[in-house]
Formats: sequence, C-alpha cells, structure tokens
Amino acid sequence: MSKFRFSFNLRKITESRLFFPLIALGAILLFDLIAVPGFFRISTREGNLYGNLIDIVRNASTVSLLAIGMTLVIATGGVDLSVGAIMAISASVAAILMNPYVLATELPPHIMKFMSDPNFTYQPLWIVILATLIVATICGLWNGLLVAYGKIQCMVATLILMIAGRGIAQLITNGVRIQIFYEPYAFIGQGWIILPFSLYLVAIVFALAWFLTRRTAIGMFIESVGTNARSSFFSGIDEKRVKLLAYTFCGFCAGIAGLVASSNIKTSDAFNLGVAKELDAILAVVIGGTMMSGGRFSLFASIVGAWVIQAITTSMYAVGVPAFALQAIKAVVVILVVLLYSEQVRNFVQKISARKEA
Amino acid sequence: MSDADYVVEMERITKAFPGVQALSDVHFSLRRGEIHAIVGENGAGKSTLIKILTGVEKQDVGSICLDGKAVMVRSPLHAQELGISTVYQEVNLCPNLSVAENILIGREPKRLGGINWKAMNAHARELLLQRLNIDIDVTQKLAAYPVAIQQMVAIARALEISSTRVLILDEPTSSLDVNETAQLFQVMRKLKSEGVAIIFITHFLDQVYEISDRITVLRNGTLVGTFDTSDISRLELIAKMIGRSLTELDEMSNIKLESRKHIKDEALLQAEGLGLTGAIEPFDLELHAGEVLGIAGLLGSGRTEIAQLLFGVEKPDSGTLKMAGEVVEHFSPLASIGRGIALCPEDRKEAGIIDDLTVRENIVLALQANRGWFRYLSTQQQYELADRYIKLLNIATPSADQSVKNLSGGNQQKVILARWLATNPQLLILDEPTRGIDVGAKAEIQKLVLSLAEEGKSCVFISSELDEVLRTSHRIMVLRDRAKVVEFSGEVDQQQIMQSMAGSEA
Repeated sequence: MSKFRFSFNLRKITESRLFFPLIALGAILLFDLIAVPGFFRISTREGNLYGNLIDIVRNASTVSLLAIGMTLVIATGGVDLSVGAIMAISASVAAILMNPYVLATELPPHIMKFMSDPNFTYQPLWIVILATLIVATICGLWNGLLVAYGKIQCMVATLILMIAGRGIAQLITNGVRIQIFYEPYAFIGQGWIILPFSLYLVAIVFALAWFLTRRTAIGMFIESVGTNARSSFFSGIDEKRVKLLAYTFCGFCAGIAGLVASSNIKTSDAFNLGVAKELDAILAVVIGGTMMSGGRFSLFASIVGAWVIQAITTSMYAVGVPAFALQAIKAVVVILVVLLYSEQVRNFVQKISARKEA
Repeated sequence: MSDADYVVEMERITKAFPGVQALSDVHFSLRRGEIHAIVGENGAGKSTLIKILTGVEKQDVGSICLDGKAVMVRSPLHAQELGISTVYQEVNLCPNLSVAENILIGREPKRLGGINWKAMNAHARELLLQRLNIDIDVTQKLAAYPVAIQQMVAIARALEISSTRVLILDEPTSSLDVNETAQLFQVMRKLKSEGVAIIFITHFLDQVYEISDRITVLRNGTLVGTFDTSDISRLELIAKMIGRSLTELDEMSNIKLESRKHIKDEALLQAEGLGLTGAIEPFDLELHAGEVLGIAGLLGSGRTEIAQLLFGVEKPDSGTLKMAGEVVEHFSPLASIGRGIALCPEDRKEAGIIDDLTVRENIVLALQANRGWFRYLSTQQQYELADRYIKLLNIATPSADQSVKNLSGGNQQKVILARWLATNPQLLILDEPTRGIDVGAKAEIQKLVLSLAEEGKSCVFISSELDEVLRTSHRIMVLRDRAKVVEFSGEVDQQQIMQSMAGSEA
C-alpha cells in the first residue's frame, strides 16, 4: 500500500513541469560537489551572505527577469527577440536622466565636478526608474501592437526593435557611453540586504507575474490562446489583447533587467549591454518546459531554467575552464540538458515510473 | 483452432492506460476479403484496438497472428511492411503537393538522379484507375479536389506503400456526403473482391448495414460479440452497443410535442435579409424563446455559415440582426456571449477543444471570457462548475483535472457543450453536435436540446443526419447552395426535406 503511494507520487513528480529543470540543476550542482571542493561554502560578511550559490542566483537575475516576461510571450505562441535591445534602451534612458551634462561638449569646470560626484543625480532616483520602466513598457507595447494588431510574425516584428533598439539607445545618449557614478543607483545591481538586492527584484517581479497570471484569468487565457487560437476565439477570448499584454509585460521585465544590468557595470553601453540575452532568456524558458509553440507554462520553472544556465557558467569558471572555451562547453551542457528534456527521453522516464507503479 | 481463412487474429488483447482499462481480453479476427465493421460507443476501445494492430500502442497481454503466424507489431512502419495500412479520419496528406506526388512521395521513380515526373504521373494515374476506378488529373494539387477524392488518394497511397492485405478505414465517411460515400463504397467493394480485408470503423449504422459482412461490437473495452451482419437487426445491434434498449428515442417525440406548448410568442432572434457575399445569400429568420429550429442541408450548403453569422464569427455585409428586440451592431464571439448566444462549432478539434487544458479549464473558459480578465472564478467555483457538468452530461473522465485531449471524441463534445451551458445562454447554436459520437451520447444530446427548450431557451440545431433534425426540431429550415430554400413547420417527413435539399420540388 505504502509502496503504491510512493510510486504514484513518483509518476506525478515526473509529469511535473519542474521535474526536468530541477534534475538538470541538480546534476550540475552534483558535478560541482564532486569536482570543486568548497563550492557550496557560504560565508557571512557584515551580515550579508556570499558564496558560489549566491553568485549563481545573483548573476542569473537579469536572465531571470527576462525569462519571466519571455515565458508569457512564448506561452502565447510567440517570441520576443528585442529584450536585449530594450535593456540597452533602458540603460541609456536611466543614464541620461542621471547625468545629462555629458552631452554638452564644453562644460565649465564647476559642472564637470558634479559629473563624477557619487552623490549627484540630475533627476531623483524614483523618476529615473519610473521613466525607464515607462519607456521599456512602451517598447513592449510597440512589439505587442505589431504582433497582435499588425498581424506581423513575432520573429519579424520583434526583430525590428532588436536591430533598431541599439540605434535608439545610442541616439538617446548621443552616441556616448555614459558612466554612472551615482551610488544609490549602483545599489540596484550591486546592493546586498543579507541577499543580493537584485534577487528581491526578481522575487517582486515573479510575484507580480504570478499574481497577474494565476490569480486572474489571464494565465488561463494565455495558455488557451497558445494552445489553440481558433478555439479560444470561438470561446470569446480576445487573442489580441492577451498577446498585447504579454509583449507589454515582457518589455516591462526587460526594462527592470536593463536597470539591473546597467547598475552592475555602472555604465550605459548601447553596444554591449544585454547582447544575446534574449537567447539566454528563450533558453531559460525552454529549459523550464514551456513549448516554443505555446500553451502551458510555469514561471518558476523558467527561473530555474535561468539558474541552470548561470550554474553552468559559474561551475565552468570554478573548475578553471578559460573564458574563451566557455561558450563551447556551455553548448555541450545545454545539448545534454535539452536531450534530457526531449519528448523521447521524457516518455522513457515516464514509462519506467509507470512500470514501477504497475 | 487457427483457420487458414483468417488474415488477422487478435487473441486476449488487454491494454491499460493510466487510470483507464482500455481493453480487456478482446478477441478479434478478420477474414480474407471481408469488410468487417467495428462499432461501439465512444471509449469502447475501437481506436485502441486499431492502434495495437497498427503498432502505435503495444498490448499489455495478448497475441496477434498474421496469416496464422504470431507477430509483434513494433511500429506503424512495421505494420505497413506487414501489409496493414490505415487511412485515418482526417486525411493526412500534403494539400500543396500534386495527387501523384502525394501517392508516391518517398518512392518516386528516378531517372538520371532526378525524379522521373512522367513515369510518376503515369504510375499514379494507372494506380487510381486500375485499383480504385477513378480517373482524375494527377498533376493537379490535392487541395483542388473534394474531400472524398482526397480520401481515395489516401487509400491509393496506402495501397501503393505495400502489398496491402489489411486496410483499416477509421471513420472515413464522417466528412463525406451521400454521393461521395457511395463512391467510397464502390472502391471498398472492388478491393474486397481483390481479396483485401477491410476494417471499417464508423458511427453510421446505415453504412454498417450497407457494406459490412460482419460486425464486431465493443463496449467499455470488452468484446460484446462478433456477428454476421445479416443475422442481427438494427435494434439488437444498438442494444448491444449501449447495453440497454433505446425506448428513449420513442419517448423523445412525446417530449417534443410537450415542449411545443412552451414556445413563446415574441421573437428572441430576428434576422432580416442577413447575408454575407460568398458565404450565404440574404435570409430571413425568426426564432422564438423555447423553440428548436433545425437546419438541414448538404455539406457546404451554408449551414455552418449561418451559424457563424449568428454567433458573430463573421460579420454580415447585408441585412440586420435583432436579439431580444435590439439591433446587433457589434459582431464577435465575445459580444455574442454577452448577448446570451452560444455556438458549439462544427469542427471540434480546430475550433472547439483546447487540448492541453484540463476538462475544468475547458468548461469554464467561455464563462470566464465573458466575465473578463479580473473577475476570476475561484478554483473552488471552477471545480463546482466542472463537477456539476461532468455529472449532468455524464462526461467520462477520471477527474476534472484530466487534460481534455485524453478524452474520447464524444466526451470532448460534451465538454464543449458544458462550456456553453455554463454561460447560461438564451440561444444555443449546435453545429453538428453529434458528429463522430456514439448512439447513446447522440440521444443524450438530443434530449438535452429538448429539455433546454422546455426551460424557455432557444436552440438552432444543425445536423447532416436528417432523422435527428426531425426528431428534435419544432421548425426546419432547408438550405441549398448557400441560400435558404424553404421552411417547414408542423408535420413534415424526411422525403419532403430531402427533395427540397436536392432541389427537385419542381
């Protein structure tokens, strides 16, 4: 009797969306446990926690934020390639609001003094953040309008902003890389309150997204539209509004990711900030078990997906793989993870657990 | 025991899926050159039996013999190599390729490293002509031909792939009209005379009697029996399929007479000159509360187009529509739900179910869409609704949390019905609600329609089965070539309706 119960649970577990991402994460951490002595050590300094595990979740926070928004977009059956570019735009907006003087070519010395002052900002921080997020959300809205109302294929529609976005980011700062000296802004990406501050941001955005999708009908509508748009239309679901919302929210998430990333490197770098991050975000969502064709999604599984990607990077550095070889090794590990994940393997595992049940 | 005449013998076949015993201890045997019908209600195990024979699923227990030799069918490909070919309900060919390409794809005759188009077309044409007696231009795209021809092409492809000894036709006639069905039957008889054994799965009992030699009846995963078609009467067969006698159908006409009294005088829905160019000619329609209006017509006569106009899937370009006295200005499914109109669409897979979602989510979907994003039904409310309709409509599912794709066709149809009943509509439009579902469920749906009418709701009932339309409708509207031809109220017989459908009243 008790055995039956156990194997029944096993079946439930293997069918869960979280099972495979957690297995993948577990496998990577197991590797660390064996290969890297002291990998799991966590130390305390001034009441704050530090260590490899903390590093993994902290460095994963940009991709986590992107993955939350990307999950909703992918669940509707779409994809958003422009999130990296939106991050760059956000960074430029934030930087220019804090330090607009940099645009003037000849500045009197008393203003130059302000520029590198860690306590100086042109606009107060809350306006900087609010304006940045509004701009990012508008970017998302633009994508949503093109996809939902313009009926442009999502790849093409978001490709527009992906390419144009970095140009826009440069236009905003007049082509200048603006260094950010303002200390409070640096706290967003580098601050610590026991845990890294960016983790709290991820938690807040996750909670917001979870509430939006699971405590209202929006999550069900997203899954419905992603699974079968025509049936959803016949059931009275407004596909366009659902998609518009998903892309808009994705833009919003990219805005926050842009704040975190620019705060981390203390500069607005239109060329390099958030490059290829959209691919990491998509990968995180895929590792999290949401199908690229849309339908069922799990926000938390996507975040675990982001951790998996970062855990690979951190582990490789920890065992001493040089940075230039990292991409290749990462690719191998990703292939393994996605293989572990494929329908065939999945069926195989479920068959085994079903056999145990019988 | 093994008879040399048997090409297929399946013994003691047992198969369980998680939570469902799909088949237990089923015997099935197929003679050379016979047409063998498999009938049974939804979920009786017909598809599972076929899937085991074609290697899609593996039996837990039991053996399969081909020509007296035990075989293990490893995969659908292996089944084809063994000479077992299947043509599925939905034609799965490539509509953009030519007929010849569809037939010979993967085994095109080669010449100088390229495809020998001439030989290929000639071969395909000859195959169709010789084996199936049809003569068409094989260089045309498949999509240019009607569904019936496409089905023939699917059969031709099945015949081409291997020296087919067993041909399985899974609901081949469900989207064919009378003439096309006759054409298919001709082909089946010809193949039969060539010694091909045919397994024929259908819900149309008329067709079973017209074409089959023997009938195997399944119920709830067990074998009821195999009978010679000439030995079993229709009533007996139905009784065996559903396990009880169908006096309910007789009761139905009484219920209908009774419900006629409840029809209100004022009109619920009025259409004046409503039409859409290319879809349906302008028509007038008046529907009263408590009334069931049947729509009869051949496939493509404009039945579905009317349903979609009334529900706002398409916008009319002429005429007006009034609901409860108010002129409708905004046409969309969502707006229609708000007005109290519901539509069970014809195409269950494409426009009905959302297969990854659970039964519960599928049921609450339309109601939730009407409530909007933020007035979210609590989980408890959702379960209450789902459980109520699972009980009311007798939906066979292990739980409300089952993915709807795991349900049989008839139960999926009931889930969609539940979705619309949950919105508490004033007008329920049912477009082919009984297609591809079993006798018992059909009767249940017809009774449901009449009981809704008794509660003062209106219903538009569209079906290609005339007796069904006759049995449930107070009034019948007949369509031909995308136009309303005539409307019958009061007593009318099948003959009259068929004549006006065919246009031979002159």
